[in-house]
Amino acid sequence: MAEDIFQGIDQDIHSEPMILQMGPSHPATHGTVRFTLTLDGESVVKCDTEVGYLHRGFEKESENSTWTQVFPYTDRLNYVSPLLNNFGYALAVEKLLGIEVPERCDYIRTIMGEVSRLSDHLTCVGAGGLELGAMTAFLYAIEGRELVWDLIEQVTGARLTVSYGRVGGVKDDLTPDFAENWAVVKKRLLEIHATTHKLLTRNRIFLDRMEGTGVITPEAALSYGYTGVCLRSTGVAYDVRKDHPYFCYDKVDFDVPVGAHGDNFDRYLCRMDEILQSIRIIDQCLAQIQPGPVNSDDPRVVLPEKVKVYNTIESMIQHFKIIFEGIQVPPGEVYSYTEGGNGELGYYIVSNGTGKPWKIHVRAPSFIMMGGIHKLFEGSLLADIIPTFDTINMIGGECDR
Amino acid sequence: MAKKLIDLVKKKFGDALLQSHSRLGNDTVVVSKDSLADVIEFLRDDEASKMNFLRDITAVDYLNRRPRFDVVYVLYSMELKHMLVVRAPLEESDVSLPTIAHLYGCAAWLEREVFDMYGVKFVGHPDLRRVLLYEEFEGHPLRKDYATQASQPRIELLSRERDSVEEFRKYVKDEDINTGSRAD
Repeated sequence: MAEDIFQGIDQDIHSEPMILQMGPSHPATHGTVRFTLTLDGESVVKCDTEVGYLHRGFEKESENSTWTQVFPYTDRLNYVSPLLNNFGYALAVEKLLGIEVPERCDYIRTIMGEVSRLSDHLTCVGAGGLELGAMTAFLYAIEGRELVWDLIEQVTGARLTVSYGRVGGVKDDLTPDFAENWAVVKKRLLEIHATTHKLLTRNRIFLDRMEGTGVITPEAALSYGYTGVCLRSTGVAYDVRKDHPYFCYDKVDFDVPVGAHGDNFDRYLCRMDEILQSIRIIDQCLAQIQPGPVNSDDPRVVLPEKVKVYNTIESMIQHFKIIFEGIQVPPGEVYSYTEGGNGELGYYIVSNGTGKPWKIHVRAPSFIMMGGIHKLFEGSLLADIIPTFDTINMIGGECDR
Repeated sequence: MAKKLIDLVKKKFGDALLQSHSRLGNDTVVVSKDSLADVIEFLRDDEASKMNFLRDITAVDYLNRRPRFDVVYVLYSMELKHMLVVRAPLEESDVSLPTIAHLYGCAAWLEREVFDMYGVKFVGHPDLRRVLLYEEFEGHPLRKDYATQASQPRIELLSRERDSVEEFRKYVKDEDINTGSRAD
């Protein structure tokens, strides 16, 4: 096999295949990723991907924590949209427990999840521009992301490591002035969105680098387990929010943007369109949301209010039991999936009936996409790796285990 | 929809199907490891199932159960929108399974992760090596008997790096690269 590839090359006296180690600290490869490339001139003949290991041990740590203590670890999976990871995990445990959350909680999860998705897409689009030299677009996108993170900070109390989700609900209600703040942020986000379009979408340099590079066919994308924007850019309209609605996605109206060519430019356009769709979803949710409780009333899983803990013995015992022993989840196994920032975020959970999970496995979209990334690289130019790697939007924390 | 898939497998692979259940919205079939690749290939190609998308492969270490491990495959059909979990139990004495890398593009990558973390060997895998940890790492960290606090010494030179130097030399026409006298 290897000989076949190099047969033509050997006849050319001027070129020899070169092996280039790209990464682990190459500016275009965020995180510890390394590509061992075999180059024929500037064309990539072969790519071997090594994703590296940050030694965080998500799964091993989770198995040694109570069910609730896993939330901070899920924050650090996809750290650009931690809320989506929080809620995805909470949903999986709730499936296993067989409990329902109040309607208001579903709305809050939808709203905050979409706010997080905005942050994810803005970061990816902006950083993509930056890596191709478009500093201005990056600064605008980061301004948008900061505004979004301000909103998240107001609600959760943290900007990055939010730990906002809870089994059976969320940590706290939305702030009373959330809708007003959102209106201000939204106005600016739409301006930024329009500016980014003006800066990038018709930009000759940007187009030349993005159009027709990093192409993948729908069949190959499906076979390699691609989900999210990377799959939709090839024309397959698979979105967990539409196909298997959870939270409030069946109560709101939104479109699933799809591409036609499966190239970098389509992935960029899909992300830009999804920003608008997320704004639409949040607007509709804020119009529909009704006052009510945000946590389930199941005493097995939800901590009692502090007033009750201080004043009644039952609530104090309940509080201690949940903190010391953890939530008791019935034995069983479940695969639960939601739409993360990069694609399908699945949790495969096994419980043996105690306060600690027996196993938590996360189907991280970034990790699976790195398994097929050589398909996007091979046959293209070395320089195309930079926009391709960006539109794949690999997040190191998610790729790691 | 749920029972239909289980019945389909039951009809086709009566003996190989060890167990099946339908809980919490997940349908599961437990099959013997020898027929695993056939079951998955059948599910992928059959008109009634059309499982063209492999969502995930992972393993569970039950430690005190016999057989000790379960390897879990989550299959999905993009067209028919249904999901099936296929599990294959493995004895501790023989942690090997037939590979399904020829059926799905991502299978080879996911199997490497299971091999890395649990030490499950996939027979017929084109390139079975660790994916997250380094080659010299001893043991498989997600096994339940691997201590959480275990540490391993630093290593000197990755054999993978040595390999790539060798590979480079193989393609350079003149063997004697160090002398600087390259006769083209």
